[in-house]
Amino acid sequence: MTNLMPLILEHLMIVLIAAFIAVFIGVSLGILSYWVRYLDKAILWTAEIIQTIPNLALLAMLMIIFGLGNVTIIAGLVLYALLPIIRNTYIGLESVPSHLKDAARGMGMSRLQRLMKVEMPLSFPLVFSGIKLAVVNSLSIAVMGVLIGAGGLGYPIYRGIQTGSVERILTGAIPVVLMALILDYLMSKVEKRLVHKGTRG
Amino acid sequence: MTLIEFFIANQKDILGSLIRHFQLVGISVAAGMLIAIPLGIFLSRFQRFAPIILNFAGMIQTIPGLVMLGFALLLFGIGLLPALVVLSLYAVLPILHNTYTGITEVEKSYIEAARGIGMTDGQILYKVELPLALSSIVGGIRTSTVFTVSWATLAGLIGAGGLGDLIWTGLATYNTNYILAGAIPSAVVAVVLSGLIHLIQKKITPRGLKGVSA
Amino acid sequence: MIKFENVSKSYGESKVLKDLSFQINQGDFVVLIGPSGCGKTTTLRTINRLIEPDSGTIYIDGNDISALNPVELRRSIGYVIQQIGLFPNMTVEENIAVVPKLLKYPKEKWQPIVKDLLGLVGMPYDENAHKYPSELSGGQQQRIGVLRALAASPPIVLMDEPFGALDPITREALQEEVKRIQKKLKKTIVFVTHDMDEALKMADVIVFMSGGKILQMASPEELLQHPADPLISEFMGKHRGTVNINANLTAADFMKTRVLKASGSMQTLQSVELMRNRDVNSMIVLNEDDTYAGTVSLDTIKTHGKAGRAIGEFMETGVPTVNLKEDARETFEKLYTSPAGYVVVLNDDMSVAGLITKTSMAKAMGEALWGEMIS
Repeated sequence: MTNLMPLILEHLMIVLIAAFIAVFIGVSLGILSYWVRYLDKAILWTAEIIQTIPNLALLAMLMIIFGLGNVTIIAGLVLYALLPIIRNTYIGLESVPSHLKDAARGMGMSRLQRLMKVEMPLSFPLVFSGIKLAVVNSLSIAVMGVLIGAGGLGYPIYRGIQTGSVERILTGAIPVVLMALILDYLMSKVEKRLVHKGTRG
Repeated sequence: MTLIEFFIANQKDILGSLIRHFQLVGISVAAGMLIAIPLGIFLSRFQRFAPIILNFAGMIQTIPGLVMLGFALLLFGIGLLPALVVLSLYAVLPILHNTYTGITEVEKSYIEAARGIGMTDGQILYKVELPLALSSIVGGIRTSTVFTVSWATLAGLIGAGGLGDLIWTGLATYNTNYILAGAIPSAVVAVVLSGLIHLIQKKITPRGLKGVSA
Repeated sequence: MIKFENVSKSYGESKVLKDLSFQINQGDFVVLIGPSGCGKTTTLRTINRLIEPDSGTIYIDGNDISALNPVELRRSIGYVIQQIGLFPNMTVEENIAVVPKLLKYPKEKWQPIVKDLLGLVGMPYDENAHKYPSELSGGQQQRIGVLRALAASPPIVLMDEPFGALDPITREALQEEVKRIQKKLKKTIVFVTHDMDEALKMADVIVFMSGGKILQMASPEELLQHPADPLISEFMGKHRGTVNINANLTAADFMKTRVLKASGSMQTLQSVELMRNRDVNSMIVLNEDDTYAGTVSLDTIKTHGKAGRAIGEFMETGVPTVNLKEDARETFEKLYTSPAGYVVVLNDDMSVAGLITKTSMAKAMGEALWGEMIS
């Protein structure tokens, strides 16, 4: 167990870095699809197609571009995380009640002001649940990093498979599943609080 | 050797892997449907069992595919069967979930009307609940198919063949052509199957249920 | 003929039906009405065995329905619900034909039925048969809901607040259509509503329920004239006036009680302000002991008043007064001869009860004739 901690931390780092990048790109693309009407279908379709590509296939192709190592798995996780984040941002912004949008426009807010002061705050709960979904999925997909030379908890699992050791597989698998469950639980709590705050207002 | 030359030179291998991949996906999704649809209907009749079974199935889903395949390998050894068992297991959950929610989310007034005009429980199921849940069930089959195409690439790891085999070879020898020969067809298969099932889903949704959300 | 014999039903501790016994005659339009939770819907749903009573027996044409197969029973009884419940995956035609098909009618038999029925509600077959429910308006959907219930020509049709979700105009149109269809096809209809208007309009017999019991079962006419229970009178509220038209109306029935009153010592500017606030142009002046003294109008104040004078100094006393119990006709005459256009109504002790204007008179007459007015 003593040498497990660095693996857990590395796994978590990979997922969190990917999540940050994905949130940045995903939310931006979500806003873009909301603002530029004729782009929304193209952006969402692309994200959905990426999501459909088998994990191993996408990671292997990324490896050709980025080489072996953590960068490749982070790139893969970012790509997989895009769909839920873009989609939820887009739907969230779309579903802000039109009378609020009108009110904001009527008060003389610019498009950016409306976005930052009214639309984004109101859609944030939905955006957050997209992020939650992306993070929980990423924890599980990140295990595949070992196949393209990345670190994290995939290593003991893969070694376990190669050496036929259930114990080793579990050493890697249990922390992954636990982290997924814990993060899901914590983020669901935040999610609920966000929704509550929304309905109270 | 360019990629196209490689494809032509190895067309037999690639085609063989593709067929095997389809077999893996076809059999496990079919098995998933056979288990999940009746089980989903059962759960919708006896809803007190639903939380336990759905939560359990959800738990299995969070276990990384690599881990599940590892266990299958250790339990059943190398070959086609362990791969099919694991893939079918993964195929069950989305279909089960969508069958159950599809049926239980049918508006109560339809059931009430159906019972009131004298349909038997079986007729209510076949004439009202299943037709109204069908689109949701097919959606579940679509998700299952996409998942299975993806997990099936891992099946090469335990000797079940399929397009994953080519990717593994490519990764092990750092041969770009092999990687792409496995990755591109598997990506295309996933996208095409997903699109096809989506079309079917639209086609079988009755006109009365489209557009307007009832 | 439907007959309830000592029917009871409880959910846990609460008794929803208490030893119910009554009889519905063939061809009658029977409306079950009462406050929510009175057991009217439960009663309805026991007839097609969607709810099974705990005890007692229900007979249809002399047969104990608990001995019948519930599914076959339901196919022989039409059923319409408030949420309409048209199957969204079936066309209008398929929805109407659903029971005939369950009964294994061949297409040659059910298709003419669908055509006839659609004609009955003025929805041409060619235009409507192949539409889906989502393509129809709410009123059209419920028309189809009613037709679906009639398709296998059941002698009995149950309707559970069928028009409750429709807008008033559509509701009225459907009420008339259903009543017409019922007369034409001679159906026995059992109809649940909480709307007394609807009950009075549709029913041959009204069954008024409360707390799982029948308080009164009578024709609309009888119910209006001799309500058996204060709850029924209360429920009918506005309709009570309809019977009072020939009763002895008095001044009290026509007056409005919200009137502006002030002591004679009040000063001019203050009284003007009060009248302006209430948007009236005259007010009643009282003596020290609260008895009626006279009236003062804005006009009088304008011509005689100076700021700071007490209104008692120049009030008028020429406005006619009547006693609270004065006969309506007398009051009416006084109102028409009153120079001020109104009469003051006094209690026996000479305190002011209210006043009658031409508007309050007209409103009260209207209410007596047609029920409560909105404004």
